[in-house]
Amino acid sequence: MGEFNPNAKGLLGWIDNRFPLSKMWNEHLAQYYAPKNFNFWYFFGSLALLVLVNQILTGIWLTMHYKTDGALAFASVEYIMRDVDWGWLIRYMHSTGASAFFVVVYLHMFRGLMYGSYRQPRELIWIFGMIIYVALMAEAFMGYLLPWGQMSYWGAQVIISLFGAIPYVGDALSEWIRGDFVVSDATLNRFFAFHVIAVPIVLLGLVVAHIIALHEVGSNNPDGVEIKKNKDENGIPVDGIPFHPYYSVKDIVGVGVFLFFFALIIFYAPEMGGWFLEKDNFVPADPLTTPPNIVPLWYFTPFYAILRAVPDKFLGVVAMGAAIVVLFLLPWLDRSPVKSIRYRGWIYKIALAIFVVSFIALGYIGTQHPTPTLTMLGRTFSALYFAFFLLMPWYTKLDKTKPVPDRVTFKKH
Amino acid sequence: MANEGVDLKRRRFLTAATTVVGGVGAVYLAVPFVASMQPSARAKAAGAPVEADISKLEPGQMMTVEWRGVPVWIVRRTEQNLNDLPAMNSQLRDPDSENPDQQPDYCKNINRSIKAEYLIAVGICTHLGCSPSYHPEMGGELGADWKGGFFCPCHGSRFDLSGRVFQGVPAPTNLRVPPHHYLTESRVLVGLDEKGAA
Repeated sequence: MGEFNPNAKGLLGWIDNRFPLSKMWNEHLAQYYAPKNFNFWYFFGSLALLVLVNQILTGIWLTMHYKTDGALAFASVEYIMRDVDWGWLIRYMHSTGASAFFVVVYLHMFRGLMYGSYRQPRELIWIFGMIIYVALMAEAFMGYLLPWGQMSYWGAQVIISLFGAIPYVGDALSEWIRGDFVVSDATLNRFFAFHVIAVPIVLLGLVVAHIIALHEVGSNNPDGVEIKKNKDENGIPVDGIPFHPYYSVKDIVGVGVFLFFFALIIFYAPEMGGWFLEKDNFVPADPLTTPPNIVPLWYFTPFYAILRAVPDKFLGVVAMGAAIVVLFLLPWLDRSPVKSIRYRGWIYKIALAIFVVSFIALGYIGTQHPTPTLTMLGRTFSALYFAFFLLMPWYTKLDKTKPVPDRVTFKKH
Repeated sequence: MANEGVDLKRRRFLTAATTVVGGVGAVYLAVPFVASMQPSARAKAAGAPVEADISKLEPGQMMTVEWRGVPVWIVRRTEQNLNDLPAMNSQLRDPDSENPDQQPDYCKNINRSIKAEYLIAVGICTHLGCSPSYHPEMGGELGADWKGGFFCPCHGSRFDLSGRVFQGVPAPTNLRVPPHHYLTESRVLVGLDEKGAA
């Protein structure tokens, strides 16, 4: 607790005597020392924050015109698109933002995989991040029901039925989630409640926890070197630079480039050829007819492909859940003496490459009609996906690593 | 602060007892919140039986009626279809409809129906709740030995024309046959059997 300073001057002095404004500004921005060797991959954390703000703002404006009613919802979205001034823009910002969120989050997570950002002492940052990812999936899934199109309806029907696979309590549980025997108006209303208030509150809290944990231990960097090991006489890491202004300014460049692509999609390809807004979702929900090829949006399809790869209802759901749970365990599966891919041997590099290929391949397979060949491929890539994690304790130990330097590698420019 | 004369044991006991009582209260408070998400009285009451007129159904045709918000199919099978059914048995998971949850007792036969010709089944895949599509044609895109049946587009589950599930597909059980009975030769009531049980 700060002592009351009777000599404090000005408005800021008055506030600082009552609220730790300068203290927080310094701790998290002006005197938060981040490694000076951040590269391209370090844009995506701040971009995720930007997209979160975009989703919250556009989301609030969408609720001003949206109708939460099975009979009115579909038409109210079309009303937003046609009759509300700038409604099309706000809606496309929201729908494109949803996909953009997953793009930046996947790249952000991949950065962690490359540079070992989940390793000690950053396990909790990774865990908070994973919970954010799961909350984001719930948020996206429930939001997708709201336009009440065919894909909204049947997507929700399939995903809620997943819970029905749990032995004994499954059917009662999925009825409880739907609030009805089928996906209906009751389901729409509760998903709206979760989508616009419950999950966003949890998300915001988790983002705060993620950043507090990060600022407690300090950022990792592409070399995986702890900059706190080398401090100058003032206790400041010699390889650290204040986040503000150095990285706040750098991130603005990232924001500019990101918004350039974001705007391109919003204005020229808001449906992204069916990848961001699926064609079947322009047909109102019909509980009696399933569209011929029902697929979730692209960001769920890797897990969907794993679900389909298993020819058993319950085990398929277990496999899909395990594909996400195993990510949580990453900090304890990796036994390599080094963090960053820069100092790892060829085994990890190949393993990571196989994992990336498997994830993308599963994502593709999940969008396709199930044929015997694709099912076989889906099984192979599912096995490779799990092999990356389950064999990690062995191959990361076997891997020949290079010596890690004491200081971060950095070229002046 | 002076702690002299304070009975710490007693203080800890009271703190623990208060916490437990408060915790029990919080759990009870969760009950109305959890229970309010159950299907409401109105949702439960919406399960009235529906009547279907099957007089216009030609052999090989299917019609759909809505019962409790789900599609119920009525398929009029051809003579050929019925003759093909026994040959399917070896490829099926539950050819004799042993699972009592999936049909009423009076439909526990190879046709899974009251009248051999007419299959009445809930058109919801027992895997994850998609509505399979009707593929009465022989062969075609579903393989040369396809004898007609239902194919679920979501995860590739297959059912024969009695709604019996094939082996090696994700759906665990046969399609559900709802309680139903015939009011007359051409009118069927879906949702209620002769004894009046839903």
